[in-house]
Amino acid sequence: MSEATTADKTHGADGHDHSGHGEFPFLAHHFDTPQQQFETGKLGIWLFLVTEVLFFGGLFCAYALYRSLHPEVFEYAHFFLDTKWGAINTCVLIFSSVTAAWAVRNAQLKQTKMLVINIAITILCGFGFMGIKYVEYSHKIHDGLLPGSHYQPTLHAWDTPAYKAKYGSGEHATSPAAPHGKAAAHDKGVAPTEGAPASEAKPVPFSERKVGPHEFNVEPRNVNRFFAIYFCMTGLHGIHVVVGIGIWVWLLIRASRGEFGPQYFGPIDYAALYWHLVDLIWIYLFPLLYLIH
Amino acid sequence: MAAPGTTIDENFITHEKGLLSWLTTLDHKRIGVMYLMCVLGAFLLGGTAALVVRTELWTPGPTIISHDVYNQAFTLHGAAMVFLVIIPGIPAALGNIVLPLMLGAKDVAFPRLNLASWYLWVIGALFLIASLVTNAADTGWTFYTPYSTTTTTSVIPAVFGAFILGFSSIFTGLNFMTTIHKLRPPGMTWFRMPLFLWALYSTAVMQVLATPVLGITLLMLIVERAVGIGIFDPKLGGDPVLFQHFFWFYSHPAVYIMIVPAFGVVSEIFPVFSRKRVFGYKFIALSSVAIAILGFLVWGHHMFTSGQSVVASTVFSAITFLIAIPTAIKVFNWVTTMYKGAVHLETPMIYSLGFLWVFTIGGVTGMFLSVMSTDIHLHDTYFVVAHFHYVMMGGAITALLGGLHYWWPKMSGRMYNEKLGQVSSLIVLFGLNLTFFPQFIMGSRGMPRRYYNYLPEFQEMHQLSTIGAYMMGLGFVITAWYLIVSLKKGRIAPANPWGGHTLEWHCSSPPPYYNFHDAPVITEGPYEYADWTYDKKIGGYVRKGQ
Repeated sequence: MSEATTADKTHGADGHDHSGHGEFPFLAHHFDTPQQQFETGKLGIWLFLVTEVLFFGGLFCAYALYRSLHPEVFEYAHFFLDTKWGAINTCVLIFSSVTAAWAVRNAQLKQTKMLVINIAITILCGFGFMGIKYVEYSHKIHDGLLPGSHYQPTLHAWDTPAYKAKYGSGEHATSPAAPHGKAAAHDKGVAPTEGAPASEAKPVPFSERKVGPHEFNVEPRNVNRFFAIYFCMTGLHGIHVVVGIGIWVWLLIRASRGEFGPQYFGPIDYAALYWHLVDLIWIYLFPLLYLIH
Repeated sequence: MAAPGTTIDENFITHEKGLLSWLTTLDHKRIGVMYLMCVLGAFLLGGTAALVVRTELWTPGPTIISHDVYNQAFTLHGAAMVFLVIIPGIPAALGNIVLPLMLGAKDVAFPRLNLASWYLWVIGALFLIASLVTNAADTGWTFYTPYSTTTTTSVIPAVFGAFILGFSSIFTGLNFMTTIHKLRPPGMTWFRMPLFLWALYSTAVMQVLATPVLGITLLMLIVERAVGIGIFDPKLGGDPVLFQHFFWFYSHPAVYIMIVPAFGVVSEIFPVFSRKRVFGYKFIALSSVAIAILGFLVWGHHMFTSGQSVVASTVFSAITFLIAIPTAIKVFNWVTTMYKGAVHLETPMIYSLGFLWVFTIGGVTGMFLSVMSTDIHLHDTYFVVAHFHYVMMGGAITALLGGLHYWWPKMSGRMYNEKLGQVSSLIVLFGLNLTFFPQFIMGSRGMPRRYYNYLPEFQEMHQLSTIGAYMMGLGFVITAWYLIVSLKKGRIAPANPWGGHTLEWHCSSPPPYYNFHDAPVITEGPYEYADWTYDKKIGGYVRKGQ
């Protein structure tokens, strides 16, 4: 849906030349000058970005509420996230914002070749970001680090660099009923109600398990909330990256036809603004989710 | 400016032929007409559900349907009327048709986005209907958690439909804001804009700023229900009151999204049918903006009994009182506009006068509810139901009907039957009061809203209310009938049947495809009627010297 929107917005023009704008093939009939069309599109995309900020605002608000009410959940659960991957992804997105901004300049100066190159790099960065996100998500799913009632972590989940850096490896304070050997075998038998291996002795109730850093003798209640917020925020952000990739691919095709120049570079400009916003949201998400102290 | 011809040879309706030319059109007038047909169709759906509810309440206990079906019927009524009818009714349907014309522009800023928003409306409506035909949601239109995440009815299609309709609304608002900022022709300064445009602008601001929050809230609700993420579910540590905050952060401004365009419509009708310049132009214009701003700060008055802190409730209550000020400014200015004017009682004016009356009742009873102590007594009773129906039905729908009659000659090129219009408008207004006034009395005596069963002492009031509902239904049937007949048999409309001076009356009826042959040059305000005189020969007003 978002794609359709931005597509529309970035492109009110497509050659409906009803009132003799022969010299400007992309000037829509209801505008008088290319300048007016550009300014209209610019206001439109800014308003759209405002709606995007508010759209994410709901999730940021939920984050602020739950973090202020239950700081221990966030303090505890952020160790599950891999700061290294998050930092790499931050760099990837910032770099792609540079190429996106550069592409706008290329379009204004009609440097078609550089424009195509810069858009292509931006697209590659988008794919790179999604690839890393895929790696992170599959770890989470594998380790049972999921929202709501699906939160059933394996002991394996503690093998994160952040945790090891702070507490060293092999420091899992596992419960007597779940020895180390089981951790390697991806034991999921932690929830009191389901999934307990029949061969083991009666599993220790989830709330009494001793896992994680030493200051958390007992896991705080409702850690699943952190993962609810993590998956909602990064998932929605990921959808926006995918939509952005789609828009860039479409603009890549148009750019390779040499459609953009000093009189008509609006679509590139608007897409870059959208891309910067997506980048900016990630720049907030990274510290809020990964870098909690 | 274009000559006030009565040609219907070449206009936006005849410009292209065939269903496909409508479904792919980028013309704002055609999109507006498609919106209007869809909105009126949804009004029939929501109205039928309302009659089912009212019929069921004829007697205490079971009358025609079971209690489960009753819950589904009032949910359908609420969701259809709010999301499908009232929110898009005036802005997307009437606004689309007349906004660029009134502004002097050739189209809205983003014609494709405009068409996309109509398609989103259709898709959203299909999802609501999908919920209806599978196992209709029974949550009420507010979708409160945790009930909405635990009921067995098909909530997800209904919520997803509302989510999509939200985007339709956002895109309309975004389009209108940009159009008003960037497509004003030379001479059309902010304070020469017709008041309807000020109202649409204020509405658009709210649509753009409030609706995304509803979007994310409904999205979280869907994910909550589908996979149980636990953001709103207390069993998993979530907070159901958070849902209420998010929901009302949108849905209180949404109340103004529904009523502010209605203010705009009657602000056009009062001066034209009083043949007198509008009184207090700047006050009416800026009070719309004030309502738009204050409307964001009052959502907590829906939650006085939800465990909100007393401090927060006090602040929300105080800001709610403040909203009465810009609203009252409007009412006083409309009344003063009519003072010493030459009032013509044609159908649009009857609806506007009815609006003034019933909306004032609705607004003042809102003040009762904003007082925390009385609200504790009246909360979730029929008093609340009566209050918001006086505002939504008596305000928004009455103004929609007024505007529909006012611009009908312009959009269809035909005149409707004036006598029937006057009679049916009186039937509707009488039925409206008969339906909802008894609900004030019942509510103040403790009849809770949304109940299937009730104590026998409320039966008379319920039956009066049901009779009123059928009376309104009769009025709407008559209206639909004469409007449809007028399309074939109505008198050919003159360019300016009412003597308005806003720019849409300067073009022919219906307007040409490109609105204006030459960009209009505006040298005066939109309410200067001195130059327009009635011409019996063409049955409309003509301008001196033309």
